[in-house]
Parts: sequence; structure tokens; C-alpha cells
Amino acid sequence: MAEELGVWAYAITTFRSEPKDVAGVTGVDHEPVRTVEMAGLVAVVGTVHLDEFGEEPLRRKLDDLDSLEAIARAHHEVVAFAARRAPAVPMRLATVYRDDARVAAVLAERHDDLLLALKQIAGRTEWGVKAYAANAANATAAAGQAEADASSTRPGTAYLLRRRTQLSAGENARHEAAESARDVHETLSGLAVAARLHAPQDPQLTGEAGWMVLNGAYLVEDAAAERFAAKVRALRDRHTALRLELTGPWPAYSFSAIFSAIEDKEPSA
Amino acid sequence: MTATSAAHPSGSTGEVAPQRLALVDLLDRVLATGVVVSGEVILSIADVDLVHVSLQALISSVRVDGDRPWPAVAGPTQSAHQPEER
Repeated sequence: MAEELGVWAYAITTFRSEPKDVAGVTGVDHEPVRTVEMAGLVAVVGTVHLDEFGEEPLRRKLDDLDSLEAIARAHHEVVAFAARRAPAVPMRLATVYRDDARVAAVLAERHDDLLLALKQIAGRTEWGVKAYAANAANATAAAGQAEADASSTRPGTAYLLRRRTQLSAGENARHEAAESARDVHETLSGLAVAARLHAPQDPQLTGEAGWMVLNGAYLVEDAAAERFAAKVRALRDRHTALRLELTGPWPAYSFSAIFSAIEDKEPSA
Repeated sequence: MTATSAAHPSGSTGEVAPQRLALVDLLDRVLATGVVVSGEVILSIADVDLVHVSLQALISSVRVDGDRPWPAVAGPTQSAHQPEER
């Protein structure tokens, strides 16, 4: 029985590469990465075994955190490799075509959209900024503790008053953290070509005790990268109740939608 | 390719620890962003979205008590988780 093969797509770029340029780069199936060219666009792809990366086996793999991690990291390594050489539009994880001819057809059909997407990210880099409100978590914990103490000892007016104070301290801390996060986001958006908010991350995955109040992505001109980082440092000093974390540089994952031009400088916050 | 090779094409800011990318940051991006060009895709877009749902189920399953001390989504990000493009 012949092995069934598919073509995993990592990124689309305009960088014309010699085979030696991608030599040694391997993908999700440990396969050597190669390119498919059409109409001036270059897809960075790899041939994968469908008994491992076909729909059913892939679905099972992606449901398992360990293999999901391996696939996500391998996919990202290739995307990042491409993005270091030229503007590269990352493909959504698990985009698998039947053969090179289908990949080439997509490059031809979506040529203009893809070119626009590449133009929007050229000379720009995505940076991530996350903010945690450690104090809000502490205040909430304190309120919970106060409640536990009080209910086990002497219920009454004193307890109610104390509890109200504690709860309101927690609310104030949360409110303050939210306001600070808003300032951080607006300030950084002002230095960015485009901004996008991701959903707050689950504390179970981050391992952070603090409440995540901002999970932003910012597309920044490379010439402004230093200024952006300096601004993050300044915001760190301005908002001591927040813990700010800068991640990146990222390939422009969050700014590679091919059907919407980057105009949403003000996200719907 | 090494695990850390994604960092610092410019090596300039000194802000980012040279550690492995946090998986959670990576998943924010590879699962929910990136170009979707359908047509001849073996695994359909809808299925990929299901991956995210499955992941959420997985996350929930490892949570010890299922309760959070704070709201799941709040603050400035409350209404700002933008829908998928297009």
C-alpha cells in the first residue's frame, strides 16, 4: 500500500530560496522543509505522512497537550525561520493540502490578497504585552480569608463591615488594575501600526497567580521597536500595581488576516 | 532549528528572556491567528476551531476545583476578544 502524503503549509512569503537555504530546517513531521513558488509568491511547506497528520490522527494529536505542544513549536520554528528572512504570513496551524499543485493553485487564486497581507507586515514586527494584576488577586484572596475567619468565629455587624471593606478593597484593586491596563493598551497602541487583544490566558496554563488584565499584540515598525520597548519599561514604572511582560519578536501571527486590511488601530475595547 | 531560535532577530531590546517561548503564548497565536486559505485543506477550518474547544475542555479537566477567585473574563479585555477575521 502506497504511503499517503500531504503538504503541510507553514507560511507564505516572497523570499525566493535556494534548496540550500532551507537545508536542515525540519517541520512538524521531522520532514525537510521546502518551498512551492507561484506568481512571485513562495509557500514554505513540508511533506507529511497522512497516517500521522491526516484529519483523524491529527485531531487526536491536537487533543493531547504534549503532542499539541510539539506540533505548535515545530510549526512556529518554521514560521519564524521564514519570517527572519523576509515578510512572511503565517498559516493557521493544521493547514494541510493534498499536493504541491493545490498549494500553487492557492497562491495563484489568492495572489492579490496574500500580497496585500505581506505588504501590511513588511518592515514590522509583532510584540506581545501581557499585564497581570497581582494586587487584585491578593485583595480577593484577603477578602476570601476574611470571610472564612469571620464566619467561623463571630458573625455580626463587625464581620459585615469588615467583609464589605475587604470586598470593596478587592473591587477597587481590580478596577484600578483594569484602568491601568487600559492605559497601557492605549499608550502602546499609539506606538503601533495595529493592535489586537487576545483573550486573557487561563491561570492554569500561565502558572501565574495574578489576574491577567491585558493580553495584547502590537504590530510595530521595526524602526520603532526600541521606542516600543522603552515605552513598556516606562509603563512598568508608571503602573506599579501591574506586572508587565513583553514577549516577542513574533512573526506577525496576529496581523495576517488576508481579507481585512489593517485599519483597526483602535480595537473594540 | 533550536527552541530559542525564534527570539531576537535583532537581539536589540534586552527585554525578552532568552527562554523557551511560553506554550500558552504560542497557542494564542498558532491556534487562533494566521492565514486561513481554505479550498483543498484536508483538515477543515471548522475542525481547527474545534481544536480550540477541545483544548479548553482539556484545560478545564486539569483544573482542580473548577472555581476561580476572580471573574474568568473582566477588565478592559472583556468585550475586546475580537471575533475571527472575515
